[in-house]
Amino acid sequence: MTETAILAEDLRKTYGDVVAVDRISLAVPRATVLGLLGANGAGKTTMVRMLTTVLKPDSGKGTVNGFDVQHQQQAVRRSIGLAGQYAAVDENLTGRENLVLVGRLTHIGKAAARQRADELLDQFHLTDAGNRPVRTYSGGMRRRLDLGAALVTHPPVLFLDEPTTGLDPASRLDLWEVIETLVADGTTVLLTTQYLEEADRLADNIVVIDKGLIAAEGTAKQLKSRLGDTVIEFELASPQIAVVAAELLGGTVAAGTIVRLVMSNGPSTLREALNRLSSADVVPAHVALREPTLDDVFLTLTGNSGANS
Amino acid sequence: MNTPNAALPTHVAISTHAGSGFMWAARDTMAMVWRNLTVVRRVPQLLVFALVQPLIFVFMFRYVFGGAIPSGAAGLPYVDYLMPGIFVQTVTFGAINTAVGLAEDKNKGLLERLKSLPMSRSAVLGGRVLADTTRNVFVVTMMLFVGFLVGFNTHTNALKVAAGVGLMVLFGFAICWIFALIGLSVTNGEAAQAAAFPLLAPLTFASNAFVPPDTMPDWLRWWAERQPLSITVRGVRALMLGTEPMDYVWGSIAWSLAITAVLAPLAVRRFRNG
Repeated sequence: MTETAILAEDLRKTYGDVVAVDRISLAVPRATVLGLLGANGAGKTTMVRMLTTVLKPDSGKGTVNGFDVQHQQQAVRRSIGLAGQYAAVDENLTGRENLVLVGRLTHIGKAAARQRADELLDQFHLTDAGNRPVRTYSGGMRRRLDLGAALVTHPPVLFLDEPTTGLDPASRLDLWEVIETLVADGTTVLLTTQYLEEADRLADNIVVIDKGLIAAEGTAKQLKSRLGDTVIEFELASPQIAVVAAELLGGTVAAGTIVRLVMSNGPSTLREALNRLSSADVVPAHVALREPTLDDVFLTLTGNSGANS
Repeated sequence: MNTPNAALPTHVAISTHAGSGFMWAARDTMAMVWRNLTVVRRVPQLLVFALVQPLIFVFMFRYVFGGAIPSGAAGLPYVDYLMPGIFVQTVTFGAINTAVGLAEDKNKGLLERLKSLPMSRSAVLGGRVLADTTRNVFVVTMMLFVGFLVGFNTHTNALKVAAGVGLMVLFGFAICWIFALIGLSVTNGEAAQAAAFPLLAPLTFASNAFVPPDTMPDWLRWWAERQPLSITVRGVRALMLGTEPMDYVWGSIAWSLAITAVLAPLAVRRFRNG
């Protein structure tokens, strides 16, 4: 077995004139989590689709569990589970029927499919709802079932495409714990997310993609330290003043009236910044000093405020 | 206490059963047929609505227009001429289900999941078309009884009537493949529905299903006499009424096989690449 569970080399996919993924390479060591971070349309889902054999790359190479995604598709499919916003369950079938169907279609045999369905319903606390049509499920229950459907064959590699988008905080925490357990047991996970907090908590390594290209990669800690030690935020009276202040300070407008500066020497920069603002007669309503978050990384790299945009 | 039978380590994939590609394609197709028919059982309103439309047509043509339409079958009442047309129209409209079903599965992301499974690529479409064909058998059987209730009489034997049902179901099967391609090419169920009608209207109305084409303008009559639905209707009339030559039965079978032979690979290719 190779130590790299997922490998992408210069993968590229275009739709007509639109470049969805423009040469992305990445490697995910076995039993680790890679967080693929990006705004909507950055190319995250296209990457997942190519690596799960759902979509053919225009060029480049992908290897999952040692198998080529273009030339050994069935072997790749036997190695993976796919769950998330775009992989769905059938609303008119019951939870149990959905799991049994996936089991039958992955050729584990009818009896084994039934047994595995019961195990998964139990594991995801869906036993009581197992015989109800999925259309009666809550959002959190659907996602749990969806993840369960991806786990029918105990796949060594799991692709989770925005697994917690649209979930309430409690359901999100619940799902995070499930994912952590899977990784502790040796599963390799490629996770796409818009939630920086999610990548921060789950991912061993993070790849930030923007417009189909890699903008940055590293551990959450590395990415944050690349920026500097301190973030200074000024809240200003109006968005117009915020634009002026951002120009004065060489910072970025984070959200409306907030101007953000990332620095390695906080206190002296703060004094300098306040001097510049007062010389231009700009008085901030509020000033805050804090440690950088992944959100700051994301904003600095892509000019988008990822999570909350 | 250590139990010797500990759970399987989760990082080891369950070994999948060996078997020939064809056998798995057949099993995957049956699993998909089961899924699609389970949905029909779970939402029986869909089946009821599938019957409403042909019932309206029976009512309109049997009782509203029927008196004013000359029977195209010499010596037989108009209702006998009409019902084979209604049957074939019913199986043809049944194919809309194929387009809507696939478009919805695509829209909801279900096709995405199925594509990531090690299942046969043709089973998703095969399962859809076979489930819709099964549904067609059911609906057409109901319509046959409706026909008997409104005075339809067959003039051959039971075997030929059954063969007539088979002939139209085969035609419906072929049409389903056209609609599979449509369903995979649009974004959702409503779009599939909207795309279906412009195709179905010239097929079902510009035909000999309801009226003899004799009074149509030449250009329309040319089409109405030659197109595959008309050939199939004449084939069914040959088998159920005995008013047409059996050539039309063979003609209809040839059309159905040809349509399937061209459209099924196109639809599967569309599924693979789409």
